Amino acid sequence: MVQTELVHGVEISEKHPRDELLRSERLPHIWCPGCGLGIVTKCLVESIRRSGIPLDRHVVVSGIGCTSRLPGYLNLDTYHTTHGRAIPFATGLKIANPELEVTVVAGDGDIFNIGGNHLIHAIRRNVDLNVFCVNNFNYGMTGGQFGGTTPTGAKTATTPYGNFEAPFNIPYIVAASGAPFVARWTTIHVRQLLKVMLRAFQVQGLAFIEILSPCPPTFGDLNNFADAYAQMEYFKDYSRVDDHADLSIIGLTMKPPDPVFVGNFVDLRKPTYHEMERDIIHKAKEARK
Amino acid sequence: MTMTLQKREFFMGGNFACAEAAIAAGCRFYAGYPITPSSEIAEHMSRRLPQVDGHYVQMEDEIASMAAIVGASNAGLKSMTATSGPGFCLMMENIGLGIITETPCVIVDVQRGGPSTGLPTLIGQGDMMQVRYGTHGDYETIAYAPNSVQEMFDLTVKAFNMAEKYRTPIFVMADQIVAHMTDRLVIPSPDELEVIQRKGPSKKDPAFIAFDFSQDFPPMALAGEGFHVNVDSLTHDERGYPTTNHAVSERMLDHLVGKIRNNADEIVEVEHYRTEDAKVVVVAYGSTSRSALRAVKEARRAGKRAGLLRLITPWPFPEKEVERLHAKKIIVPEVNYGLMEHPVREYASCQVTGIHHAAGALVPPEKIYAALMKA
Repeated sequence: MVQTELVHGVEISEKHPRDELLRSERLPHIWCPGCGLGIVTKCLVESIRRSGIPLDRHVVVSGIGCTSRLPGYLNLDTYHTTHGRAIPFATGLKIANPELEVTVVAGDGDIFNIGGNHLIHAIRRNVDLNVFCVNNFNYGMTGGQFGGTTPTGAKTATTPYGNFEAPFNIPYIVAASGAPFVARWTTIHVRQLLKVMLRAFQVQGLAFIEILSPCPPTFGDLNNFADAYAQMEYFKDYSRVDDHADLSIIGLTMKPPDPVFVGNFVDLRKPTYHEMERDIIHKAKEARK
Repeated sequence: MTMTLQKREFFMGGNFACAEAAIAAGCRFYAGYPITPSSEIAEHMSRRLPQVDGHYVQMEDEIASMAAIVGASNAGLKSMTATSGPGFCLMMENIGLGIITETPCVIVDVQRGGPSTGLPTLIGQGDMMQVRYGTHGDYETIAYAPNSVQEMFDLTVKAFNMAEKYRTPIFVMADQIVAHMTDRLVIPSPDELEVIQRKGPSKKDPAFIAFDFSQDFPPMALAGEGFHVNVDSLTHDERGYPTTNHAVSERMLDHLVGKIRNNADEIVEVEHYRTEDAKVVVVAYGSTSRSALRAVKEARRAGKRAGLLRLITPWPFPEKEVERLHAKKIIVPEVNYGLMEHPVREYASCQVTGIHHAAGALVPPEKIYAALMKA
């Protein structure tokens, strides 16, 4: 029975309605005020609950970084692995037991910098994973250094004069690598995020979602966003929903008035690793008879 | 020489024997990246695994290979990879992951000359310290050094059994000579072969603790079994939750190190050849021990009281076996510049001399013989 009380006329509950899916003994979480990861957690928990897939079959895998702390708060089978290696770890898990619904939740540094090679190969194999990449445009956990997703010109702890390197355009690379499902949303798009996560669970093959998130004390602070709210305002005011956007031009500058293209860009059916491997196993066993 | 092969007798290469052993021990997941002189293991596994409903996954590099086998093992399949020096370097990161998450798996390192890409594809024994200390932090290592095709089979089976029992990565430290050698192999029938399966938690136990540090070998919960475990690469408590608490960190490390140190007597394996009365003993492992045996036999024929202590498990180091030697001198021939010579020196009570022969060739028996006769 959930204990509730009224405070200033508002019903306050001892337990959150989604507490069954959280390791509440691990809260409070480590994230900074204004971080988008709380919203991502909420959407993930809600989508897992609504997925219709038994909780015991959901497995969440991460690497290292702020985002990678997320699975540890979930009351599921969760695997917090090494930096950048969540995808190959998840590849092993999924191939070994195809009954599992395996979701990788990790940051842009994890998935696109140190683990970039693993991502494109997992896409090429079309392993049936859900990869949710939270992009906050810098390495948050280590203090806000630049990486492969930091916009050109942005200031970070290691680009004090501005970043002169070019960033990755994430959905463009993922689509070019052949992913059957590619989407991008921001943490202001709570309803769309929830819906797209639910869709990802249904996709046969690798489903990729880029989730843009504020990082107020580091990237936000150094790049003209007064606070988390200002970055959310930017996402709200400059997002352009376009499922048919030309992916080659949707790279981000994170500077108003430049737009933030969001949408479900790719949704195809391709044979999965598991399906193709099953045929080979059949062939190998037939040849042996 | 003519030889009639019996039903379970084969004439087989070392790498093939290793792969067949893995299948016989129940391995159903291989992730790897081809590298000589280990490639035949990958090739044979790619042929054999689909025949037994197993999975051969060729990964993009050795970092991913190691991550994938740790993942697959957490989903319940006995898993392995095989590599050589340059790939072994890349595996160090996730070998640490396997150790801290207490995940059973087997890594075969067919050693070649180094450093760096070194000598493809000639023998080396230069990874003997890397296997013990290569990944950072505190831990203990169980490693086998086969010296024959038969041992490529037997010790690979043993490696899987020990991985399942000790819940940790186990190493088969082969070398190019033993891997590419073709010889008689006896494969035991399935009922003669001891195969160990990991302990799982009782399905009904609601008080299950995922990482019970109070027992050396706690049961392992797999993904999808309903125990909702958090398996963490960070230093963690008994629930698998990350911690920076000193007391808890110490408990975890005591457990990781202790489960091997406390059972070292059970793990350690050596072979003695005429060491009881030997005045000079050769300590050797892997294919070098074959040269050493010939040298010792010839020295005996020449009237020298020589013996051989062969390290079947270089790690944990057979320290008591070395301490017990009554020799006046110990000779350690290696295809490196003196790696295992160090722990031998640490436990020996007499003079220790190394024979360093890291030119991409087996230590010639004559070189060991000459050292024995000079002693």
